[in-house]
Amino acid sequence: MKPPPFSYAAPRSVGEALALLQEYGPEAKVLAGGQSLVPLLNMRLARPEVLVDINRIGALAYIRRRGDRLRVGALTRQRAVEASAGVRRRVPLLWEAIRFVGHPQIRNRGTVGGSLAHADPAAELPAVVAALEADLVVAGPGGERVLSPEEFFTGYLTTALQPADLLVEVRFPLQDGDTGSAFVEVARRHGDFALVGVAAVLRRQDDTVGQARLAFTGVGPGPVRAREAERLLQGEPATPRLFAEAAREAAARLDPPGDIHATAQYRRDLAAVLARQALEVAWQRSGGRRR
Amino acid sequence: MSGELAPATPPRAPVRRQRRPRAPQLHMTVRLTVNGQPVEREVEVRKTLADFLREDLGLTGTHLGCEHGVCGACTVLLDGEPVRSCLLFAVQAAGATVETVEGLAPGEALHPLQAAFREHHGLQCGFCTPGILMSALALLRAQPLPSDQQILEILGGHLCRCTGYQGIIDAVRAAARTWQR
Repeated sequence: MKPPPFSYAAPRSVGEALALLQEYGPEAKVLAGGQSLVPLLNMRLARPEVLVDINRIGALAYIRRRGDRLRVGALTRQRAVEASAGVRRRVPLLWEAIRFVGHPQIRNRGTVGGSLAHADPAAELPAVVAALEADLVVAGPGGERVLSPEEFFTGYLTTALQPADLLVEVRFPLQDGDTGSAFVEVARRHGDFALVGVAAVLRRQDDTVGQARLAFTGVGPGPVRAREAERLLQGEPATPRLFAEAAREAAARLDPPGDIHATAQYRRDLAAVLARQALEVAWQRSGGRRR
Repeated sequence: MSGELAPATPPRAPVRRQRRPRAPQLHMTVRLTVNGQPVEREVEVRKTLADFLREDLGLTGTHLGCEHGVCGACTVLLDGEPVRSCLLFAVQAAGATVETVEGLAPGEALHPLQAAFREHHGLQCGFCTPGILMSALALLRAQPLPSDQQILEILGGHLCRCTGYQGIIDAVRAAARTWQR
């Protein structure tokens, strides 16, 4: 279990990293926290010729507020997100979900950008980004561009990132006072990838659901938005029955994988249960009354 | 007179150079601090920190179980934080401070954590122990009196096939009480 030979460069700036990716792009892999890539190298499932290690680009690690967004640099460690009072207060869905990522020892190295660029179908952060409709900022040969989660996640372990591109920032909308969110998941053990995970965001208008967002992980090639269920919720008086109905609707449309950990039917059933829980908790957190 | 005061070479105007990145390398020289000692070695860039510690420095206390980040046996402290040394290349630790289980006890006497592990049956075969000790060390430095939840959270990143964990949990609780700092 040793990585195959590769050559290695550790650029000090985004410009240097982009120059390296421009030169070696298709043969190169970006090394961020390495908590997914290095296992793939150790098991020789990945054999890049060049590793471009972005860990020396200190300018990519930050959490800062700009206007109505919290900007998180791609190299920000997951542990730093967890420790951030600003994240906890203003993007509580991200804060809640990140504690399901691996263990503290993994989160000390693992990065926000790395988790998104790797796009594991059972990872937590892609579902968070999808539910919040966060913006993903990608730097490439033609400059910077901003992608929606829908544009960014294109399939199983696949994103819109081109060989010479680097994910540099994620912009999360700040949660306002009338909004509640929740992330719940079931895994075989805490820290394992989710069998099913659900992110729910509800904006409350008095006793009705103003806006609803629901996204799953572990049930498809990437994060799965439950748009039909969202439409079903919007504008309706919030009741346990409504949430149960929306959760069933969302789960019925899923086409989850079955494996040794859980059958497809088990995942679908679990998705319905977890979606209902997430919606109810998000509603309570939005300040909504419990009926 | 004025000639004597003039600098030997005129100061260069600060030019903002667009640095050309260094071409990718197969081997590099790495300098870091391991258990308080400065270390410098030429390494293959693909060598993990775990293998570097064991093979190049002879520090075989750091064990390799799964080599993909799951088991936690290879956990060391990188600038004080517990990390998997199997998921980090030695070249990435350049300039960093690394602590391994060999650095725990200064002499023959056991570190209070080690003593607590022996006292409370926190180990049996001992394979997973070095990594667990390093994670527990980082926890107790940050939280001298950790809650059970904090203990469980940090131990969650380690697999032990012998003890059933209860002895390990007891040992960390006990070390929090006995470690005089």
